Amino acid sequence: MTTAPEPLTAASNPPVEPLESNLLPSDVIRRSATTDLPEPTRQLTKVAKLIDVSRCIGCKACQSACIEWNDTHPAIEENVGSYTNPHDLTPEMFTLMRFTEWENPETNNLEWLIRKDGCMHCEDPGCLKACPAPGAIVQYSNGIVDFIHENCIGCGYCISGCPFDIPRISKVTNVAYKCTLCVDRVAVGQGPACAKACPTECITFGPKEEMQAFAEERIAELKTRGFENAGLYDPQGVGGTHVMYVLQHADKPEIYADLPADPRISPVVEAWKGVTKTVGLAAIGVMAVGAALHGFFGRPNEVTGRDREEAQRLVDEERP
Amino acid sequence: MNVDLSRRGFLKLSGAGVAATSLGALGFGEAEAAEAAHVRAFKLTTTTETRNTCTYCSVACGIIIYSKGDVRDGNADIVHIEGDVDHPTNRGTLCPKGAALKSYVKSETRLTQPMLRAAGSSKFEPITWDAALDKIARAMKDDRDANFITHNDAGVPVNRWTTTGFLAASATTNETAWATTKVVKALGIAGFDNQARV
Repeated sequence: MTTAPEPLTAASNPPVEPLESNLLPSDVIRRSATTDLPEPTRQLTKVAKLIDVSRCIGCKACQSACIEWNDTHPAIEENVGSYTNPHDLTPEMFTLMRFTEWENPETNNLEWLIRKDGCMHCEDPGCLKACPAPGAIVQYSNGIVDFIHENCIGCGYCISGCPFDIPRISKVTNVAYKCTLCVDRVAVGQGPACAKACPTECITFGPKEEMQAFAEERIAELKTRGFENAGLYDPQGVGGTHVMYVLQHADKPEIYADLPADPRISPVVEAWKGVTKTVGLAAIGVMAVGAALHGFFGRPNEVTGRDREEAQRLVDEERP
Repeated sequence: MNVDLSRRGFLKLSGAGVAATSLGALGFGEAEAAEAAHVRAFKLTTTTETRNTCTYCSVACGIIIYSKGDVRDGNADIVHIEGDVDHPTNRGTLCPKGAALKSYVKSETRLTQPMLRAAGSSKFEPITWDAALDKIARAMKDDRDANFITHNDAGVPVNRWTTTGFLAASATTNETAWATTKVVKALGIAGFDNQARV
């Protein structure tokens, strides 16, 4: 069986012949609640999905393709006056078009901003840091952050750890779900289902360097069209992301349905999983050493003959 | 169940528990936990690819249907449908309807045979294709004979049949579309549309 190539684009027809996965257990570079991972033997090409918000027509083909590929079944909901459907990410809906009507104060134009929300696949994943279940969240050397549902304990710490509020816990299976960047497709050299389906090339997929170069072209083009603040959203507060946006107004990402301007892992998670954990483990270690030393050198209280006599005397005195 | 546990035994037991979990936290518990990463198995492996045209609209996007089992045994089961990158119309992309084609195929409410709701009946009942086509032809002929307009108000000869409409399918080639238009317009039908606009 030949090994699948590394993915270069989402625009290709998937193979049907059996292929050896190009993602091996040894390609895991981070694993939740695990400190002693073996050093990876190779570095995979970093991949990225680029979402050019200026090209999105809000058709939701990405959502449909995501549902079909991942075999999820989102519930049918009520219309509450927005095209955003379902109203939020759910354990059955890994990606969501968020529609914002924004009035540009400079031009008085109404701009319809449509952002495809979903896991950003952070280089420094807050979910993975917060996760207490060994192996429930892994990061591969190509940048994909994936949930391993068998190991998930459904505690929800990944949600508090995520700067983008992405994972959702299923009430049925009690484990967390999010976009996998179609890791099963990437493993056989394909791109994500959403990127393949997208009819306007708003979503593209490939090596991260190529996607950054492509984004630069798009940004230059947007600038010629009057979007002076067009730019790439690849936030460095989380080490960069493997899902990037081209924004027309990159100076104010929060207008795109509250996209955080400078996302960071919550200081609570950083402190709890960082310094508190180290100090706590050190305290446990010191206690263990202390207990051992005490066990070696501390002796039980000996009852001397004088103690015994004194006690007897007290007993005798009490008796009439 | 009664457990005979002395105070000293209880303390010993809880002490051992604390020590064991602390050892795990200090990094001694990973020996057996370092198991293989689980990437979901690629679900299209060894499936049969069938090229087809999306049924939804007249853009006629190319799709690939992935199925398991042999269609000649009647056992083929569609597992996935996605766009065909080699197709010049869509180059692999699809719209939200096309991207959801598998759900359309598997829908419980999908019509798989002609159904007739007879006059006065409250429900649809299956009929054969032959019976359905005969019935449609009969109804069309009767209606055309009764309502066909040969001349307009100014006395100019026209070919006009306004009491029947025709809705064509969309997953057609140019040739099929041409033939359909010829037949419908020859009959004089004015209300002619494509289901892509419905």
